[in-house]
Amino acid sequence: MKGLKASWPSIVVMAVLIAVWWAAVTLTQSAIFPTPWAVVTGTLELARDGTLWEHIGASLMRVGAGFGLAVLLAIPLGLWMGWVHGAFVTLNPLFQILRPISPIAWIPIAILWFGVGNASPIYLIFIASVFPMIVQTTAGVHTIEKRYLRAAENFGVPRSKLFMQVVFPATLPQIIVGMRIGLGVAWLVVVAAEMIALRSGLGYMIIDSRNAGNRYDLVIAGMIIIGLIGLALDGIMRLLESMKVVRWRYAH
Amino acid sequence: MPTDVASPKIRVDNIRKGFQNDKVHLQVIEGLDFEVREGEFVAIVGPSGCGKTTLMNIIAGFLSPDSGGVHVNGVVRNGPNRKGIMITQQGSVFPWLTVRQNLLFGLPDDRPNREALAEEYAALVGLKGFEDNYPHELSGGMLKRAEIARALVVKPEILYMDEPFSALDALMSLRMQNELLRILSIERHTVMLITHDVEEAIHLADRILVLSPRPARIQASFDVPFAHPRRVSSPEAQALRVAILKELGVTDSV
Repeated sequence: MKGLKASWPSIVVMAVLIAVWWAAVTLTQSAIFPTPWAVVTGTLELARDGTLWEHIGASLMRVGAGFGLAVLLAIPLGLWMGWVHGAFVTLNPLFQILRPISPIAWIPIAILWFGVGNASPIYLIFIASVFPMIVQTTAGVHTIEKRYLRAAENFGVPRSKLFMQVVFPATLPQIIVGMRIGLGVAWLVVVAAEMIALRSGLGYMIIDSRNAGNRYDLVIAGMIIIGLIGLALDGIMRLLESMKVVRWRYAH
Repeated sequence: MPTDVASPKIRVDNIRKGFQNDKVHLQVIEGLDFEVREGEFVAIVGPSGCGKTTLMNIIAGFLSPDSGGVHVNGVVRNGPNRKGIMITQQGSVFPWLTVRQNLLFGLPDDRPNREALAEEYAALVGLKGFEDNYPHELSGGMLKRAEIARALVVKPEILYMDEPFSALDALMSLRMQNELLRILSIERHTVMLITHDVEEAIHLADRILVLSPRPARIQASFDVPFAHPRRVSSPEAQALRVAILKELGVTDSV
């Protein structure tokens, strides 16, 4: 109930926006730009014949694969770079150069290497999300407070215990921040990547709706669905932040 | 365990330590000697910035002196180990582990009855019922108790306490001092305490060493001959306090 009370201004803003949109389309009698209602009926139509779910499934699968691979690489690599100074000074400059390159710029190379199948967008998502996660994980290790490392040293625990009970949990909050950023970028990129070549996914759905008969109702439906799924993905990542083992970092 | 009772638990042998900072050399400790007997509680007081913490870090093994050495049980101190546990003002209870997991942390995995031992020490410091709480769910005083329990559960021979209660409010600090005395009456450990609070030192210690301003030397040593429980407000204790404060260059009109 409290959440509802806090969110009413934003609901009002959205309602006003939809009303303005509706009024503008009606007044200008636009032949191409759809009314909000046309977007709703278009969405229902796609949902009923099942294509909507196929597109959503295809996009989520690509994000899951690319992001999953990035997590598997970035977390161990980031921990290693954070812990071993030599690894950091060797690899960090390379990653700092690769990181600002937009994943979109990788598209030609991705097509060259992986063709126009699923591998290309998965590769692009991987490239997009791996760097922020490496950087955050490394920074997380670097910012572990000395007093904790010292206490661990004092008790003389074996390396495996030091890693599992001090270094990793101390870094976990930052790893989760990295994963939130990484998943956000991954979702941005999958849509862009699907606009290029493939025959499924929400990005393809948007481009195809325009090309095949100016179905702008479906273009806008695709955009809104992308936004809502992005919000839901971030919500899932936020659930990780509420785990008890990381609450200490976010509590204050 | 050394059988020779007469040999000191800790021997600090003419240690010197300086730091190089932007071409300025800062001599922090200049030729410091003293001994601590087995089971003795020694407090070190000194003006702020005089190098107390540096000294403690050297004795506990976290820092090496430039020259001289520290002997524990007659063996040259070479790095920290679990026989001497450090407790600091900031505290270092791991916030990502529960109280129980913190207590288990220092116990080897193959140690028999480690769970029972952790429970016993949680109870000893009055944390029974809070074993599954996370540190951020505890008050400052309870956090200190957890830290003390985590140190004691590994059965250290020495406790190094660097302003352990300074971050607590005055009342809680006093309560924790009494708690520490109660625990030490059950388990006798050798304790080195650094404090800026002369009354705390008189309340707790068997002997008080006063350090000079930087570079630190031992300026004076006072035995505290009063039996526990002590009343810091007693005339004898107040006379000792005035004498120590005088060494620290404070002449108040108490």
